[in-house]
Amino acid sequence: MTELDLARAQMAMLFAFHILFAVAGMGMPVLMVLAEGLHLKTRKPVYAELARRWARGTGVLFAVGAVSGTVLSFELGLLWPRFMEFSGGIIGLPFALEGFAFFAEAIFLGVYLYGWEKVSPRLHLAAGCLVALGGILSGVFVVAANAWMNSPAGFSVVAGWPADVSPLAAMANPAWKTEAIHMTLAAFVASGFGVAGIHAIRLLREPRNGFHRAALGIALSVGGAAAALQPLSGDMSARFVARNQPVKLAALEGQFRTQRGAPLRIGGVPDPAKETTRYAIEIPRGLSLLAFHDPEAEVLGLTAFPPDERPNPVPVHLAFQVMVSCGITLASVAAVAAFLAWKRRERLFARPFLWGVAACGPLGLLAVEAGWVVTELGRQPWVIRGVMRTSDAVTPVGGLAFPFAFFTLIYLALGVSAVRLLRGELAASPFFPAEDGDSHAEPGEG
Amino acid sequence: MPILPALAAGCILACLVLYALTGGADFGGGIWALWNRGPRAEARRHLIAHAIGPVWETNHIWIIVAVVVLFTAFPKAYALLSTALFVPLTLVLAGIVLRGSAFAFHAYHLKEESGPGWWEGVFAGASLVTPFLLGVTQGAISSGAIRGSDLSSLADGTGAWLAPFPLSVGFLTLASFAYLAAVYLILETDDPGLAEDFRRRALGALGLVSLLSIAVPFLSSGGAPGFHQSLTGSRWSAPLLGANALAALGAGVSLWRRAYPLARACAAAQVTLLLLGWGMAQYPFLVRPDLSIPTGAASPETLRLMVIILSVGAVFLFPAIYLLLRIFKKDALFGGGPRRCAKSRGR
Repeated sequence: MTELDLARAQMAMLFAFHILFAVAGMGMPVLMVLAEGLHLKTRKPVYAELARRWARGTGVLFAVGAVSGTVLSFELGLLWPRFMEFSGGIIGLPFALEGFAFFAEAIFLGVYLYGWEKVSPRLHLAAGCLVALGGILSGVFVVAANAWMNSPAGFSVVAGWPADVSPLAAMANPAWKTEAIHMTLAAFVASGFGVAGIHAIRLLREPRNGFHRAALGIALSVGGAAAALQPLSGDMSARFVARNQPVKLAALEGQFRTQRGAPLRIGGVPDPAKETTRYAIEIPRGLSLLAFHDPEAEVLGLTAFPPDERPNPVPVHLAFQVMVSCGITLASVAAVAAFLAWKRRERLFARPFLWGVAACGPLGLLAVEAGWVVTELGRQPWVIRGVMRTSDAVTPVGGLAFPFAFFTLIYLALGVSAVRLLRGELAASPFFPAEDGDSHAEPGEG
Repeated sequence: MPILPALAAGCILACLVLYALTGGADFGGGIWALWNRGPRAEARRHLIAHAIGPVWETNHIWIIVAVVVLFTAFPKAYALLSTALFVPLTLVLAGIVLRGSAFAFHAYHLKEESGPGWWEGVFAGASLVTPFLLGVTQGAISSGAIRGSDLSSLADGTGAWLAPFPLSVGFLTLASFAYLAAVYLILETDDPGLAEDFRRRALGALGLVSLLSIAVPFLSSGGAPGFHQSLTGSRWSAPLLGANALAALGAGVSLWRRAYPLARACAAAQVTLLLLGWGMAQYPFLVRPDLSIPTGAASPETLRLMVIILSVGAVFLFPAIYLLLRIFKKDALFGGGPRRCAKSRGR
């Protein structure tokens, strides 16, 4: 591996780790606040217990997310000093705003976690809402910086340095809106289904435990609602990419030749040497229709761009397929859940459906990881599209294998410990009898 | 000098002071958890964890804000420093990530287990290494050994941190954080035994901080000549030195006489003056001797917006922090007296 590959691999590893916790930091507070809100409304103790337990989980996940995020804010400079030297003054402001959102999240999470007996229930709930708001806003602000890398705005280049800098125009870059909506929904999908999956597993073991039933209900509502909206946001994103980053669209669809009425490829493996995508199921005119809402629209292929400005379509196309199939699966599960709940709430706890939810637990997180592979590898070879190449941004410091190995080991230890802690917490979960409404259990279901 | 770049640099210094006074003390708590022998060790462990628990994440954010203001307002300095100080900064990061995660894991476990777990060892060890290396990088920035006004002209400096002067700043940082923690912790308990424990530690740390406050400027004459000249030869040098000595004396006397709230104010003033002195001696440079505040600054538009965001943000932030402290540090900070119960509350 070259030093550039090592820098990219380390950044990818740090990011792939952090984003799991970042997503939990956006989604989990919403779940815990909903549980507490339900407790204040219904006075059922099961919701209070749920809010406490989820808050403890949020506390650990947020802590790891906060420090792994700190690592990223330094590593931007350690690994990509030329990128930061160029863009810090242009795109630093969203990070400053994120800092304040992050302050709100940390302060009120402290109040929430340690303040159950110290503040009034209403102030406690308000603190939880501010945690959730802080989490969502910090995600939205950080995404502004990534969106700017995809659609740079708010500056011109004079003799290799930025000039006419307008940080507000940079922040309000064209990709921000679509990316921020997509990421926020993805965080709710991933947290909602991740949590629902865990409680579904517990329900398969103790089907009559009202604690896990209540948890599953809230988590599925949040994850399901977001999963139902995500295809709309995906469509917005795809059409934006089609207009603004045609080479990325070509890579993620495995489209090599420029074509009118381009087909939509489901699956398949791009072969850059032969300039074709094989083994895909092709839906005629599907891509033109989806990307431009016009079945005859022309879609630019990868070959329309110089070879040294093309991303590698193999990982981009494959990751895109993974992301979309996870999204469609989860949206379908959400539809089934809505149907079941509408028929009778009890049916949500039928074993086959619980198995399905348990199996889908990791899919939201997988979709988040795949989505970031798509957006990051799909932008290559640029770090700032059309302005600076990734290979020009990398640090001159050598021996990058050492920090890479070092952080990989640390993160492995952290990941294993976090999972063990949360598992231990879950194994000690309390028992609440299933509620009245759930007591018409069909025979063989309990 | 144009006002905006100096203002932005002042914001960074303010963040560093706030970080030292809050997050620094949290690191100091970890140092005392590491060096924890003798009677009441278990009670001290609990007190430290209890004091840090609700606030450490908020306190930690000051360093993030400092870094963000640095790379937004002075991107050249950020690129230069992260390249020249790649090794110590990487180790600082490892320390930050290990300390924070370990504390969260360990605090989580505290309810179920009482013995010091593996993660508590990591928490304490990382609390020792991280402040030391933070101080070392700070020393290296002032040493004059990092040459270059931007990344492409960076000539040398990768070994700048491995010299007596930066290392001495590392020790001073470590001692200051431990000192702050010991003084703060006295007021977090009403167990007279625990209070005495930390009073003794505070007095010892005060001695060390005072000694190092003399040794570091002395070492700087050879290891950081430009910095030394500015630190000792300016009009403000004597008043600053006098104020610092006064604060140290005040802290010593009030610790001796057990006037703890006054001791805390003096200790905080001491650390603030140390950092203020560093900032004033470093002025007008970001990185001595080639990168100054005006030449390293981003566009005026960026600086203006940054200062506005920080000011507006502060209007929301400080009341929220006040609320946090009001809830969790009521007795320690606002009640004037020691708190009722030292351990096992609300966890």
